[in-house]
Amino acid sequence: MTHSDARDIAIKGLWSNNPALVQLLGLCPLLAVTGSVVNGLGLGLATLGVMLGASASASVLRHQVRPEVRLPAFVLIIAAFVTCVELAMAALAYELYQVLGIFLPLIVTNCAILARVEAFASRQPLAPALFDALMNGLGFALVLVLIGAIRELLGQGTLFAGMELLLGDPASDWTLYLPGDGGMLFLVLPPGAFLVTGLLIAAKNAIDDAVKRRRPAPTKTPGDERRVRVTGVVR
Amino acid sequence: MSHLHRHTNADGTDRGHDSATLMRRVTLACLPGLLAQSWFFGLGVVTNVITAAACCLLIEAMMLAARRRPVSPTIADGSALLTGVLLGAALPAGTSLWLILIGSLAAVAVAKHLYGVLGQNLFNPAMVGYALLLVSFPTQMSLWPAPSGLFGPDAVEPSTWLARWLGQHPPAALDALSGATPLDAFRHRNADADAALLLAPGAMEAWQSVALAWLGGGLYLLHRRLIDWRLPLSMLVSMALLAWLFELLSASGGVGFHLLGGAAIFGAFFIVTDPVSAASGRRARLVYGAGIGALTMIIRAYGGYPDAVAFAVLLMNLAAPLLDQLVPDRPPRQPAAMVSSDDD
Repeated sequence: MTHSDARDIAIKGLWSNNPALVQLLGLCPLLAVTGSVVNGLGLGLATLGVMLGASASASVLRHQVRPEVRLPAFVLIIAAFVTCVELAMAALAYELYQVLGIFLPLIVTNCAILARVEAFASRQPLAPALFDALMNGLGFALVLVLIGAIRELLGQGTLFAGMELLLGDPASDWTLYLPGDGGMLFLVLPPGAFLVTGLLIAAKNAIDDAVKRRRPAPTKTPGDERRVRVTGVVR
Repeated sequence: MSHLHRHTNADGTDRGHDSATLMRRVTLACLPGLLAQSWFFGLGVVTNVITAAACCLLIEAMMLAARRRPVSPTIADGSALLTGVLLGAALPAGTSLWLILIGSLAAVAVAKHLYGVLGQNLFNPAMVGYALLLVSFPTQMSLWPAPSGLFGPDAVEPSTWLARWLGQHPPAALDALSGATPLDAFRHRNADADAALLLAPGAMEAWQSVALAWLGGGLYLLHRRLIDWRLPLSMLVSMALLAWLFELLSASGGVGFHLLGGAAIFGAFFIVTDPVSAASGRRARLVYGAGIGALTMIIRAYGGYPDAVAFAVLLMNLAAPLLDQLVPDRPPRQPAAMVSSDDD
């Protein structure tokens, strides 16, 4: 894996092919649990862990798994890691485990993970596969935390409330309070998740447009990337 | 009759209005309702309407500028002004500036501009703003003041209204201001007590008078053929039928109570008749209006919020395109027979 390959993978995972903002994968947990920073961070880290394990395994096993059965095999691998993460979370952060509830086991069905395994890890050696999983997992987790922060700040008037559920006692006095009482309940409710996610996607597209206007686009070479679903224009 | 047909649209409204004229006349038709509402509920209604209109115009101008569209022609069509007036009229008297600003943002920036612009909005903008506020700030949005009058011994001091407008609400003043609306009373009714009995004396009369004033403005709109009669009529008829049915079941409320005790008349003539977000077919409009009336009654009787017109309108906005497909108008017959078949 050369330096420029790594840079390419990082840019794609974090920004230009971000699982949450561009591929729009894993929307169900994204919309359901991002009511606060701690929920977003908890689910983001869980997803990142599963992604790392699944991509590494798929990469190592890529010569053993026959193409005809690759999808069931990948789902089994992902399910195994989801079980590990779920049990680990129940042991280490039990209250957060209860808050996240059904969305932890549902990471199995998170298409963002299966997409990385299928489109990248199962065709690449271990090092790029791991790095790609790290970048995509971070990209997903960052969006989760950002949406959680916006919804918590405007919806409840707090920030970093309940971080001790994930990070232990030192984080128990991290909570910041917005002056005034309460916030817009709407943003904590599910429609608020749709609205904030839509606005974030719009903001990302606006930034891309602004950057493109400032400098002429370099001629792109088609990568080995298979984009699954896109919100932007495919070029 | 035939000359009349040439001058009317397919839905019976008068042809030859540009949208600016239409919006101006609908805004004018709000005046009786607004005056009556101010007369009974005080200065807070006036501040609501002026603030909401100003916020909506400002946000409309900012959105147009941000989208690099010409600002003045669109502002001049009066639709943002009307949205503001309707939003302000729907809010509890004396709503704070900040809430109105958030509601106007939802109405104009989200419901109107993010969906395109006037003519492409899926939802009624004023009701989006109102519903967002109702869901987000349930405490403040259920603080209807008692109908203490614009003038007179009981009238609330202007300084108290100013404090509410600025969002400061000292608890004592809050207590003095708030009074149960007829629909609050209906929601908290006992099985055997009539809802009207739970109200302060004069409250029911105030709400009825305001509803009748809105009815006056609505009849003017009908008379000038600015709105389609199918929409308010079908909504009010279906509401009346269900209110009668619920009265039989629970011996509370009643037809007159539900038609005049809340936002039903205002909604029927000024919200449901929005030609953009309503169904467009003639038969579909009958179903659309009836659906709003039925949903309003069902949510009032079984839902968690006091009034339900806004939610009913938004839900039926969603259904409007489907209704146009499911309940298409019959194909036009011979031109001679067409005039009479307009009234079906």
